[in-house]
Amino acid sequence: MLLIIVMAAILVFRVYYLQVVDYDHYTTLSDKNRMQLQSVAPTRGLIYDRNGVLLADNQPVFSVSIVKERVEDLQQTIANIGRIIELSDEQIKSFDRRLSNRRKPYDPVPLKSKLTEREIARLSVQRHLLPGVEVEAELVRNYPFGELMAHMLGYVGRINIKELKRVDSTNYSATNYIGKLGVENFYEDVLHGKVGHQTVETNARGRVLRVLDQVPPLPGRDITLSIDVRLQQVAVDAMNGQRGAVVAIDPVTGGILALVSTPSFDPNLFVTGIDHKSYAALRDSLDIPLFNRALKGQYPPGSTIKPIIGLAGLDTATVNRQTKIKDPGWYQLKNDDRFYRDWKRYGHGVVDLFDSIAQSCDTFFYDMAFKLGVDRMSLYLDKFGIGSRTAIDIDEDRSGILPSRAWKKGSKGLPWFPGDSLNMGIGQGFMLATPLQLATATAVLANRGRWHRPHLAQGISQGINQDESVEIPRMHDTDPADVILNNPDDWNYILGSMKAVMHGKKGTARGSGRNSSYKMAGKTGTAQVVGIKQGELYDADALAERHRDHALFIGFAPYEMPKIAVAVIVENGGGGSRAAAPVARKIFDAWVLDFPEPNKEETSSHMIFKTNSGHEHTGAPSIPQEHIHTHG
Amino acid sequence: MANQEFLRQLPGSDYHLKNRRGLLFRLHIDPILLVLILILSITGLLVLYSGSGESMVHVQKQAMRFMLAFVVMIVFAQLDPSVYRRWAPWLFAMGIMALGAVLVMGTGAKGAQRWLQLPGLPRFQPSEFMKLAVPMMVAWYLSERYLPPRFKNVLGSLVLIFMPVVLVIKQPDLGTSLLIAASGIFVLLLAGISGKLVGGFIALLAALIPAMWMFVMRDYQKQRVLTLIDPEKDPLGAGWNIIQSKTAIGSGGMTGKGWLEGTQSQLDFLPESHTDFIIAVLAEEFGFIGVALLVLLYVLIVARGLFIAVNAQDSFGRMLAGSLTLTFFVYVFVNIGMVSGLLPVVGVPLPLVSYGGTSIVTLMAAFGVLMSIHTHKKMLGK
Repeated sequence: MLLIIVMAAILVFRVYYLQVVDYDHYTTLSDKNRMQLQSVAPTRGLIYDRNGVLLADNQPVFSVSIVKERVEDLQQTIANIGRIIELSDEQIKSFDRRLSNRRKPYDPVPLKSKLTEREIARLSVQRHLLPGVEVEAELVRNYPFGELMAHMLGYVGRINIKELKRVDSTNYSATNYIGKLGVENFYEDVLHGKVGHQTVETNARGRVLRVLDQVPPLPGRDITLSIDVRLQQVAVDAMNGQRGAVVAIDPVTGGILALVSTPSFDPNLFVTGIDHKSYAALRDSLDIPLFNRALKGQYPPGSTIKPIIGLAGLDTATVNRQTKIKDPGWYQLKNDDRFYRDWKRYGHGVVDLFDSIAQSCDTFFYDMAFKLGVDRMSLYLDKFGIGSRTAIDIDEDRSGILPSRAWKKGSKGLPWFPGDSLNMGIGQGFMLATPLQLATATAVLANRGRWHRPHLAQGISQGINQDESVEIPRMHDTDPADVILNNPDDWNYILGSMKAVMHGKKGTARGSGRNSSYKMAGKTGTAQVVGIKQGELYDADALAERHRDHALFIGFAPYEMPKIAVAVIVENGGGGSRAAAPVARKIFDAWVLDFPEPNKEETSSHMIFKTNSGHEHTGAPSIPQEHIHTHG
Repeated sequence: MANQEFLRQLPGSDYHLKNRRGLLFRLHIDPILLVLILILSITGLLVLYSGSGESMVHVQKQAMRFMLAFVVMIVFAQLDPSVYRRWAPWLFAMGIMALGAVLVMGTGAKGAQRWLQLPGLPRFQPSEFMKLAVPMMVAWYLSERYLPPRFKNVLGSLVLIFMPVVLVIKQPDLGTSLLIAASGIFVLLLAGISGKLVGGFIALLAALIPAMWMFVMRDYQKQRVLTLIDPEKDPLGAGWNIIQSKTAIGSGGMTGKGWLEGTQSQLDFLPESHTDFIIAVLAEEFGFIGVALLVLLYVLIVARGLFIAVNAQDSFGRMLAGSLTLTFFVYVFVNIGMVSGLLPVVGVPLPLVSYGGTSIVTLMAAFGVLMSIHTHKKMLGK
């Protein structure tokens, strides 16, 4: 009996030790068991176009994930799921990849997303047989316009390890997606929002039983773009399946109205992870649909820079309005036996600067470029943003090449030759510009030198919590210096010549300017893709399609009060007047005639984004005086 | 009828009381043991309700088993100890055959064969039956010979004990085999073997442990022992049970979290919360006070059992009653010991509290035998 009492005492003492002496320790363990701090992902901000049309939203998507720590036999579990719903090897492979990535223990790893109703039902029925397997709804980014807006909006995708290191790990603790490209990437911090937290009581299988305590997440801000999705559609339709880019800018604000790069791709494919085959098809396509031509395509601008070079000629008094040359169809430098050819084989006859822009006479520009020299041409092109990245909220654009003596020395190791100036004067040679740069320069031209940096976002919604502040990213805080001419009337002269391109008797794009109820201005351009040897003639039909010239066009409308400036590039389209100008005309018509804007002010009062901090608007630009020109 | 009514109304009459005591007497029931067992069973049902996740189904099933077990107890109490004595060798032989049959044609789950399904008989566990048959057999074997037993009889007893023990280990069922071994060895100890022999026996056991480890124990059994030493090594696997049960007990504190309020058990962190680990539920919800009272209840039952043994009429009765009582305490000690992390996890239920039919019936049958030894002696004595 004594032994019994001693042994009973051992038990009682043991329990006393656990319950009284070590009470705090085990209470902590018990609370840790049942209470879990969970992060709650904020809802990503929506993206609208200027008319409030939804461009990017979030839709609930069901996915099945596995909590590895709660699964006894992972391979068996995956096999079991595979018997219930269809699983591709690809899905299992990417699951393994995600599993091997660094992650928090007990974090569910997604196996298959976008489950159908049927799959959800089948998994739910078998749920008790699949411990550690969870069917979860999550909000997944959706782009209702698909291909149409892909190059502008970009897309979100699952966060990878590299991005995980870059972002604030607390704020992203519940977030699965991050902006990878475009607006989604540039405005990631604005769109993301702030993570919330909740303390939940869970059972041993991790099922949440009740929420004990909660700090709700702050949803991301909504962004309104200056884009008009209708105009974007018009531009894409006008491109009619050709490769190329269109950028349209509102010259009054700098707001980008359309940004098209064709062909495009469906951004929705990238959100939950594109399968290998589809990706390979996009990646390996000769048409490079993933390449954003509007921002990254660097093309020789060709004759589209003639208005700027012409301004440089006038402003530096290298030429004046009376300067005339006789164009035999070619130009030759002293001590150089090379012929610099005009695009018109037997020449334009006697022309002045005005005619040379309207008819795109190369010979006049060879002569003027030779007299201007590289330094002054570079100076003036730079004033219009050629060779620099000027957009406020675009960070993936390329800078193109604005050639200069220093540039040539640096990259080619050669001095600048007079012949280089000749090529530069007609936008060929070393010079490269992006469609965005051309559209921006055109907007500055249309604005008579007044700068408004191009931008995509027109407004960002105020957060729910007034105290919550989000730093709005910007590439630049102030506008570049306006272009100021010694004689402001030179604007009228140059812009008038651009009007003559569209409406003049010999205007290169007169076909596209015909029968319009409003006046427009433009300049065509043709950029050589392959060099033509001395003594050879250009024969478009003989060249392979991909070696044909790029067709370019810049322009704005209406002439008197510009509302839209565009740059169009049709790759291998041949001549600018034939391939590019008609695209611009359709865009002008749509914007000037079909989409009268009800309200040019920022769409609603809750927007706090100011398009320009460096400038104050002085109202509508003055109506240019009609330039009186007399042909000889 | 009228007559009884008349008697009951007589001043100072204790007819009613007498009648009840008389009924218990006639049924060979020991009232003290009965009351203690009833308190224990009701406590058990309350804790079971909580430990099973408030499952009325479990409680009802368990209550049915208790009723069946009470009937078994009453039946066993009716039989004269001499009957057990006479039948002991036959019961033992039947049990050994049944155990052999289990190894050949038994059924079961989780890699262990414990059940025997014979045509025309309900499914049963022969190993449970041996918990009674072995002490009876050894008590019979020794009571037929000189007491205290001589060395060769001690050896004989050990052979008798280890035959079923080895068969049960083969199933494998370490917990039950330990209980069977204990019940047999307790008989030997109660028979009054010399201290030298006990010492020698312990030495032999110590020598056997490494051998058991090497040759007899299965991997999962070794794992349990290793887990006891360091449960943190595999906190989600083998160590999970013991960590969670210690956490449940420890977080109960002095007064507990309250009935149905234990987070460890209610949220399913505690495994086996209605079977082997049910003491952790009680500890979490009723605290140290609850555990201490429960242990006290067990000690009282054991004390009553030992009282019966001491007052037994003959050596067979004394040895058998003592052995059954001590084995009962071994249940308690091993179960609470393992749940609180003192002993390795072996499948030993908390007597009369853990959910599960077989052990309840066996235990109540043992109480029936105890009552039989106690009450029949008294009748003969008068």
